[in-house]
Amino acid sequence: MSDTPLIGVLALQGDVREHLIALASADAVARPVRRPEELAEVDGLVIPGGESTTMSKLAVLFGMMEPLRERVRAGMPVYGTCAGMILLAEKILDPRSGQETVGGIDMIVRRNAFGRQNESFEAAVEVDGIDGGPVEGVFIRAPWVESVGAEAQVIAEHGGHIVAVRQRNVLATSFHPELTGDHRVHALFVDMVRAVN
Amino acid sequence: MSTLPSTPQSAEYPATGTARVKRGMAEQLKGGVIMDVVDAEQAKIAEDAGAVAVMALERVPADIRKDGGVARMSDPNMIEEIIGAVSIPVMAKSRIGHFVEAQVLQSLGVDYIDESEVLTPADEVNHSDKFAFTTPFVCGATNLGEALRRIAEGAAMIRSKGEAGTGNVVEAVRHLRQIKNEIARLRGFDNNELYAAAKDLRAPYELVKEVAELGKLPVVLFSAGGVATPADAALMRQLGAEGVFVGSGIFKSGDPAKRAAAIVKATTFYDDPKVIADASRNLGEAMVGINCDTLPESERYANRGW
Repeated sequence: MSDTPLIGVLALQGDVREHLIALASADAVARPVRRPEELAEVDGLVIPGGESTTMSKLAVLFGMMEPLRERVRAGMPVYGTCAGMILLAEKILDPRSGQETVGGIDMIVRRNAFGRQNESFEAAVEVDGIDGGPVEGVFIRAPWVESVGAEAQVIAEHGGHIVAVRQRNVLATSFHPELTGDHRVHALFVDMVRAVN
Repeated sequence: MSTLPSTPQSAEYPATGTARVKRGMAEQLKGGVIMDVVDAEQAKIAEDAGAVAVMALERVPADIRKDGGVARMSDPNMIEEIIGAVSIPVMAKSRIGHFVEAQVLQSLGVDYIDESEVLTPADEVNHSDKFAFTTPFVCGATNLGEALRRIAEGAAMIRSKGEAGTGNVVEAVRHLRQIKNEIARLRGFDNNELYAAAKDLRAPYELVKEVAELGKLPVVLFSAGGVATPADAALMRQLGAEGVFVGSGIFKSGDPAKRAAAIVKATTFYDDPKVIADASRNLGEAMVGINCDTLPESERYANRGW
């Protein structure tokens, strides 16, 4: 395994381009992934921000849900932002009918917990494991984590709510580091991918 | 661009309604389909089909065309019912320059306001000052200059105007090609030429320079106006639209649920003709279209706004 891991960005819908740019600047080779055979080639995967209901439906429809679950179970590192965080939760508090998740982190998430677009906000967020001061948290109709299981580690909170969680090789944030020029969270994830491969 | 404009740290933190939060919201919709709906039932059909957002309005553009008269913002009750029925974002339209309709929409909690030429303009000189709002705005454009003027007024997302309610994609293609071609042309300009280009485009120099450097608009660009089939949606994406609005095309067709799901599929796999072919099978009747070359100038919505 070289020092430059190949990391996919699930490209069914959402801010794929911004993640590709953030990963490239964190010294990974990044490419969009829409099909099972493309998923099979990558060392790690980012599930971007977007609409979690849409992404979940498309993943089922195009035969991606099972391959995603299998690879996450087998230990492939995954990082989800916002909608991606929802897809990595074992349980959604108020799922839309039939909304499925990939799972990977033993946590319960509440969708749109911080409110609608008018309540979307930016705030400084301290993240455990990231040096150099707080990251710029961009929260857009963002979820929060209601509770986590014993194996999941809370790495950031905002306003008394859990907004970033790590469980072994799986990382999730309520906010969108890909929309800022600060790529330290992506660098952390790229290191997680390097450590596995 | 790789990142959205940062908010000065001196700004009040946490901060709502920042450029990053407004433009970032549109980034989340990319690759998706935004569907016009007139009631809660249609909104649920759209959500179940995989729409990334719905546009709440009283009449779809095809009916506005048919009925004539003044088209205005929708009834707040109807918008609230739709907000209550779905968990995806809800957009709604205000008339061009009717900033009070926009204030009402913001107070209702819609997620995006479309200052739209489909409604009858309220001001023939001024568009609304979109910086005055926490709710982000999407605006239509037929060319780059128009897109940049809207962004200068605070628009956080741009869509082609197309010719809404015709089921004819020809105008959306024209507008998107125009915008892409003008951006490509700017790319070749040196700094001296950009000042004159800004004058020609009737747009602020700083925005023109930004577009020349980025090779794209500084906000998300969707297509709108006339998309009726999965292949139409895929066409717009291959031409560079980052997502698609579908107005009358879905609920004026024979089997809305099926057509909505098919357009979503074709929008994601816009570059895979096999998926588009499968999505196009047995959809029932498409909406009856209107030929834009027989449409009188006075009935062209794309001429509204400037």
